[in-house]
Amino acid sequence: MSPQPQAAVGRPVSRVEGRLKVTGQAKYAADQTASGTAHAAVVDSSIARGRITGLDTAAAEACPGVLRVISHRNAPTLPYLPNRGSLNLPGERLHVFQDDRVLFHGQPVAVVVATTLEAAQHAASLVHVQYTAEPSATDLTSAPADEPTTYARGDAAAALASAAVRLDLTYRLSRMHHNPMEPHAIVTRWDGAELTVWDKTQWVQSTRDELAAVFGINPASVRVISPYVGGAFGNAARCWPHATIAALAAREAGRPVKLVLTRRQLYFGVGYRPAYEYRLSIGSDLQGRLTASVHDLRSETSRYETFAERGVLVPGRMLYTTPNVTQSHRTVPLDVNTPTPMRGPGYSTAAFPIESAVDELAHELGIDPIELRRRNEPENDQASGLPFSTRRLRECYTVGAREFGWNRRNPKPRTTRDGDWLIGMGVATAVYDTLRAPAQAHVRLDARGTAVVESATSDMGPGTYTSMSQVAADALGIDVPQVTFRLGDTTLPQAPVHGGSLTMASIGSTVQDGCDRVRQQAIALAVGDERSPLYGADPAAVVVYDGRLHVKGDPARGETYRQLLTRNDRTHLEATGSYTPAQSRASMHAYGAVFAEVAVDARLGMVRVRRMLGVYDAGRIISPKLADSQAIGGMVGGIGAALMEHTVTDHRDGRIVNANLAEYLVPVNADVPALKAIYLNGRDDQADPIGVKGLGEVVLVGVAPAVANAVFHATGRRVRHLPIAPEDLL
Amino acid sequence: MYPFTFTTARDTRAALEAGRNGGRYIAGGTTLVDLMRETVERPGTLVDISPLPLRFVTVTARGGVRIGALVTMTDAAAHPAIRRLYPVVSAALELSASAQLRNMATIGGNIMQRTRCTYFRDVTAACNKRDPGSGCAAIGGFNRTHAILGTSDACVATHPSDLAVALTALDAKVRLAGSSGTRSVAIADFLLLPGATPDREQALRPGELITAVDIPAHPRPLRSGYLKVRDRQSYEFALAAAAVALHSSGGVIRTAKVAAGGVGTVPWRLSAVERHLIGRRPSTRLWSSAAELAAEGAKPLTHNRFKIELLQRTVERELRIVGGTA
Ligand SMILES: Cc1cc2nc3c(=O)[nH]c(=O)nc-3n(C[C@H](O)[C@H](O)[C@H](O)COP(=O)(O)OP(=O)(O)OC[C@H]3O[C@@H](n4cnc5c(N)ncnc54)[C@H](O)[C@@H]3O)c2cc1C
Ligand code: SF4
Repeated sequence: MSPQPQAAVGRPVSRVEGRLKVTGQAKYAADQTASGTAHAAVVDSSIARGRITGLDTAAAEACPGVLRVISHRNAPTLPYLPNRGSLNLPGERLHVFQDDRVLFHGQPVAVVVATTLEAAQHAASLVHVQYTAEPSATDLTSAPADEPTTYARGDAAAALASAAVRLDLTYRLSRMHHNPMEPHAIVTRWDGAELTVWDKTQWVQSTRDELAAVFGINPASVRVISPYVGGAFGNAARCWPHATIAALAAREAGRPVKLVLTRRQLYFGVGYRPAYEYRLSIGSDLQGRLTASVHDLRSETSRYETFAERGVLVPGRMLYTTPNVTQSHRTVPLDVNTPTPMRGPGYSTAAFPIESAVDELAHELGIDPIELRRRNEPENDQASGLPFSTRRLRECYTVGAREFGWNRRNPKPRTTRDGDWLIGMGVATAVYDTLRAPAQAHVRLDARGTAVVESATSDMGPGTYTSMSQVAADALGIDVPQVTFRLGDTTLPQAPVHGGSLTMASIGSTVQDGCDRVRQQAIALAVGDERSPLYGADPAAVVVYDGRLHVKGDPARGETYRQLLTRNDRTHLEATGSYTPAQSRASMHAYGAVFAEVAVDARLGMVRVRRMLGVYDAGRIISPKLADSQAIGGMVGGIGAALMEHTVTDHRDGRIVNANLAEYLVPVNADVPALKAIYLNGRDDQADPIGVKGLGEVVLVGVAPAVANAVFHATGRRVRHLPIAPEDLL
Repeated sequence: MYPFTFTTARDTRAALEAGRNGGRYIAGGTTLVDLMRETVERPGTLVDISPLPLRFVTVTARGGVRIGALVTMTDAAAHPAIRRLYPVVSAALELSASAQLRNMATIGGNIMQRTRCTYFRDVTAACNKRDPGSGCAAIGGFNRTHAILGTSDACVATHPSDLAVALTALDAKVRLAGSSGTRSVAIADFLLLPGATPDREQALRPGELITAVDIPAHPRPLRSGYLKVRDRQSYEFALAAAAVALHSSGGVIRTAKVAAGGVGTVPWRLSAVERHLIGRRPSTRLWSSAAELAAEGAKPLTHNRFKIELLQRTVERELRIVGGTA
């Protein structure tokens, strides 16, 4: 723990970049205008599988303002060197414009570069492509699967056979798209062999390394800049094919090129959360103690890459005491583009079947669902045998039940009415593992007592700028406004992907380390300086507060950074902080208990979430206001997953039918009721030096099953697929 | 978007002149521009009609209402006379789109809006409405939101307007101006069934302009309301909707006007339901027996069978809400 007073951390600081954003001054990727920038528009395939047999670009090329039309007919061969970074997957990434093959509906088949966006888009609509289509498969339920990934402990088949109670259930989850407000956008500029890229990305290094590999150039020749990201939810972690298209277009056209994907293109130009079939058998004794569970999962992937959601098998192994478990996860290769992690990846998928099944079991046995979970609370991580660093799930439920008024719930389904509405309450557990990764940050404190802290991380929305400024402010003993945090540039010290809820833990620890070093330099300077009031003091006893170093317990004895540095003719102090996660000797996860109350129109099937509460064991909360934004956003996302979100594919030709925000429904304000989050006070010191477990992912997990369980409680109808639509409840 | 020229009509004569020369009227632009961006619509000339003097609401002594074609959805919904006399109209409008859209969108544009069928809006899909003779991707495709009433082998798309459903129930008329003068067409005749020509959606002659909508005076005061069932609570089209207007006296229903939305290729007048109601005493049983007639003749598709039951229940509920259970 830091010896420094924690004045900024724990305070509900408003976003330091908020003003820039709300006044339109924050420059996102598409706002960049390198001089002479041309615009690109992509032509997408209209079949799911086959070959391009004809490509007529004459009309497009004849349009005023069109500079180039690039397709496999005229594109140069690109090196596409192997790149095991950039979150590339087993298989081979899509190569753009390298041959006549079509691998999915919407695959880029040509790009038009023009002097204006309008000209590019219009010309793109005039490119006439002919195909010979081959039979395609896009339906998860009917296609053959890959070899499974498996896990087993004990003898689940035998335990299931002899279980007092057995449930054998199949759940289905729809494909979902991230749908951030900001579309994917990129501006690329070549200066000789040097490439500069302004990208929407959660990881500048990912774009840099991928473009370097695709074009066969040195990563050092690529600079990627991404100061602001308008939401991503995981979708901007990989570097998608359009980045290559933009860089190729810029090279061919001999000028900077801007490419902004259309909303429609975001449904096939970048990844999505895959659809699942999740068969789950559970066995228990009559007291509801789980004896066995068997998990059979099938999920979609593309034919050219294998995407298996990380973490989807974890909750089934460790969430509840279960002596006998078998799991098998098969990916099903289809004529679709490759999926990608989406908020709460894996865990939120698994939470729906597991938390629904636990609810079903509770109902079957007449045991309160919270009590049933308590009875299955494990002493340690049953998959790894490791102790939990911290696991306060019981407490989450205790606090949540009290705050939510759980005891007012009549356990019998379909018993509570309010006019035409049936009222129900449901709960579900949230869990997500605590990830950390090595990172670096540079800290420079100048003689005015202001600091610049830099790391090549990202801020896709959680408030990295703000939370890092808070950590830095306390570690340096200055105010938040005195700190400038910089991110999103490959010239800055390296950082891991901004995803998986690892940013606070990893970058936060790094920032703290760098600031500690600078503060200690200052203290060393002061205690060794005869002219300083701190001369001779024990360095360990010196703290800094409000820009002033002083002896702990003797505030009068001290001086400011400014006095110290000026007197010593130092313009600044600087240090590079770093963080390398310690080998974990514990099972580390963030937890939560999610409570939902819904009203379901008894005759019309409409579901309304009335209120929701999440109680989280997420370690230390650095920035409560940002945390609330995360929690509320997670709950809103979960309401969407439960009741609306569903990417619809027409399996005849692989077309995404609802590739726009009028048809792909997400919650609107009217769908979002009072949402509340409570964070258990505490910290996880085994996780990382600043005691945080990560919050952005866990807050989505468990929301959809809590809603689904509430719908069951309201109606007595168990819907085993998401989203739940009115017709499921008629 | 295809290139186009943009002109502004200062008065009705200029608008009609431009319309006669193939110009396409644009009012709020809230749906036409979207369709142009998707290249579903490719007008060569846009004629902005917003300066025309069509932003009035007038009320006749007997309770008829004339709404100018350029009145915004917001203003029409909030008009005191409309609120008082025809709450079904206000409700249908306020349950439409979003506040931002309603502030821009006009009554004329609302009636003229085209289907939300996603295949219609995706130019790479087969669609008889957009591209006559190309086929209908929805019939064998994803058709959960499509129509169960008034469909043809050529097209099964719903008419999306909520307002038009309320207007259909109220026997409203559309006032049209053309080069050969003005005329008035019942809304039920104005919006066309798809038949073999789903590309023809309105009984509008080339260059004709909607100037107003007339809600006729109803001899007896009506109680009315609109119920919309949808996948989210706002900003979404109807899976099923019911417009109901009733007059009872002496404990007996004398006037019944009922129309359904979200289920028909045009707003669907439920005459059988109306006939069943008239002369009977309001009761829970009456509402449900009447509502059973709501889906007469329905032809469900692969994914929208549920709409039959949903329609009946929606009508039943709205009859109860408007008619009470006395
Ligand atoms: C996301 C979204 C959700 C929506 N949800 C709903 C909903 O729930 N319910 C609902 O009813 N509507 C809904 N709408 C549709 C909305 O109501 C219409 O877009 C709007 O009413 C159109 O009016 P406008 O003035 O903007 O028309 P414009 O876009 O200007 O024009 C539409 C059409 O009408 C023609 N036109 C306009 N005025 C005249 C005239 N006076 N004479 C002849 N032709 C004319 C134009 O040529 C054009 O073909 C939604 C729209 C969007 C984009
Ligand atoms: S239902 Fe009508 S609008 Fe939709 S695809 Fe078929 S023809 Fe086109």
